[in-house]
Amino acid sequence: MSEGTLYDKVWDRHKVTRLPTGQDQLFVGLHLIHEVTSPQAFGMLRERDLEVAYPKLTHATVDHIVPTADQSRPYEEDAAEEMMSELERNVRDAGIDFSDPTTGDQGIVHVIGPEQGLTQPGKTIVCGDSHTSTHGAFGALAFGIGTSQIRDVLATGTVAMEKQKVRKIQVDGELGEGVEAKDIVLEIIRRLGTEGGVGYVYEYAGEAIENLGMEGRMSICNMSIEGGARAGYVNPDETTYEWMKETDYFQDNPERFEELKPYWESIRSDDDAAYDDVVTIDATELEPVVTWGTTPGQGIGISDPIPEPESLPADKQDTARRAQEHMRVEPGETMEGYEIDVAFLGSCTNARLPDLRRAAALVEGQQVHDDVRALVVPGSQRVQETAEQEGLKDIFEEAGFEWRNAGCSMCLGMNEDQLEGDEACASSSNRNFVGRQGSKDGRTVLMSPGMVAAAAINGEVSDVRELKEVTTA
Amino acid sequence: MSGAEEVEIPEVNYVSGSAVPIRGNDIDTDQIIPARFMKVVTFDGLGEFAFFDLRFDDDDNQKEHPFNEERFQDSSVMVVNSNFGCGSSREHAPQALMRWGIDAIIGESFAEIFAGNCLALGIPTVTADSETIQALQDWVDANPDGEIDIDVEAEQVTYGDETIDVTVDDAQRKALVEGVWDTTALMKSNAGEVRKKAQELPYVEDAAIPDAE
Repeated sequence: MSEGTLYDKVWDRHKVTRLPTGQDQLFVGLHLIHEVTSPQAFGMLRERDLEVAYPKLTHATVDHIVPTADQSRPYEEDAAEEMMSELERNVRDAGIDFSDPTTGDQGIVHVIGPEQGLTQPGKTIVCGDSHTSTHGAFGALAFGIGTSQIRDVLATGTVAMEKQKVRKIQVDGELGEGVEAKDIVLEIIRRLGTEGGVGYVYEYAGEAIENLGMEGRMSICNMSIEGGARAGYVNPDETTYEWMKETDYFQDNPERFEELKPYWESIRSDDDAAYDDVVTIDATELEPVVTWGTTPGQGIGISDPIPEPESLPADKQDTARRAQEHMRVEPGETMEGYEIDVAFLGSCTNARLPDLRRAAALVEGQQVHDDVRALVVPGSQRVQETAEQEGLKDIFEEAGFEWRNAGCSMCLGMNEDQLEGDEACASSSNRNFVGRQGSKDGRTVLMSPGMVAAAAINGEVSDVRELKEVTTA
Repeated sequence: MSGAEEVEIPEVNYVSGSAVPIRGNDIDTDQIIPARFMKVVTFDGLGEFAFFDLRFDDDDNQKEHPFNEERFQDSSVMVVNSNFGCGSSREHAPQALMRWGIDAIIGESFAEIFAGNCLALGIPTVTADSETIQALQDWVDANPDGEIDIDVEAEQVTYGDETIDVTVDDAQRKALVEGVWDTTALMKSNAGEVRKKAQELPYVEDAAIPDAE
């Protein structure tokens, strides 16, 4: 078992007691809720005549169903309006803060938590969303939970969990030009598999991770779950603290920064911490990674050939065959030149300012390919506002991108933004499952924001390094 | 917590019934319940949408899928392969399966959040190696009415003349067998200790801690 890691320390600080099941009851420092997975939990509370125990440690937003084009109320779609109204009622009754679209603070739950300083090092953070692992970028212990667990957290301020093992993923060296955080995590999942992380929490470390800004770290922690790991984290450092200082919470309460910093320092993994497993990756060897299949683990470098199913481990062959049939790709070919119909720049993985800036720099003065529908969906209203002030909206629109309001959008196709028929999409999101983007015949190719920009312009999957001179992540 | 309703939590020692094989690795939650069916504020009625896009084409005509086959309509045990339930945390996935009629799942391996969500509903997710599972799937195919008995505590599954050893995660087994898989009341009973923990943590402000009841 691991010892002296951030995971061990944060776990111990939050452990209330050992339950009869052998699970630990953990105190939850921040419970984020949204409109899709929480209404049923509030319903269960009402059935049991229970109240929200820690409303001030709970924060709500709306992201999954919110329209990104016309956001006037009532929403055009009745089901979306009903879900929004239900959330409004629940947070009002319980006294929970709600970053709704009228506040200017709304956005994808994993974008707004860090923006507002709700996300902090050493907190336990849960949300009814598997990409809650994102918040681990700050040295928080953050994981997704189901609706019955949301009920538990609402009613008790705690969650029942079994402690996991810790795998350190050491990413040494510097990233090459045009290679981004997204490429690191796609490579990790490619190597370790979509279930390689089951039973583990991932600690990301090493020069390439330390060199990343908070947004890049979030992209990596975000996709921990795609590798099977329910949580992933990066030890907090000066980059983390600089981010914290700029957030609402610490702008409003500057004295809290000095008060909390010793705690943040104390929960870092010890230099001699013991890990259950260590994996090392050489960042200098990485090139842009794209997926060729229908799981996030089916990835390859842009210049690598799509694998023959027969060359894969026996238990991966069937999935690979079905994936290649669905995607209509042939083993031996590269993904370069794969024609796309849609380019989607958005999602909790890659819709933060640096993602938009990088893509904007690439598309500036260029035109989206005639056969491509391209859209940018900022991760939050704040990202949107700043991007508009910086002129990014104009750059995108002049290049032929649609500029939308904040939400989850085409990452999971719960609002009107969906693939149609068998459209192929170059996507900065996190899942390429069959049907994920709203059409069961749709084809998703996961890639970095820079690669989405390149694909949008060329109308096909392309090596961003050949588009024009680019800067590294 | 005056007035709170006591919830009866049944012990889940055994699950018996005929089974349905769902073959394939990495069957994700988007396949189990496509996101468009999640635009609802209760879980009622999700059963009919389980595996919807695998079961129906664009014109709602039935496709070949075990959930569509007459012979599996009364099944209560599902036999799956590896990494079943990967992807999102949506409890809608096990809720849809449960409402379709599934009481237990036997598989090679399960995604963690999915298994946790199943446990929260009292649905065992028991595992065995690939060869054992495939043999079981073949048997189920040949014996769609055949009874399968899952003994959660003994970690055994009996079908036909066979009894096989399976694995049930320790915490899951205890929770099911002792009837503590619904953890709300159990954890609520520790409210005093929870408050103490909140007071100890440096980042929790006093104002966020409600007065003791």
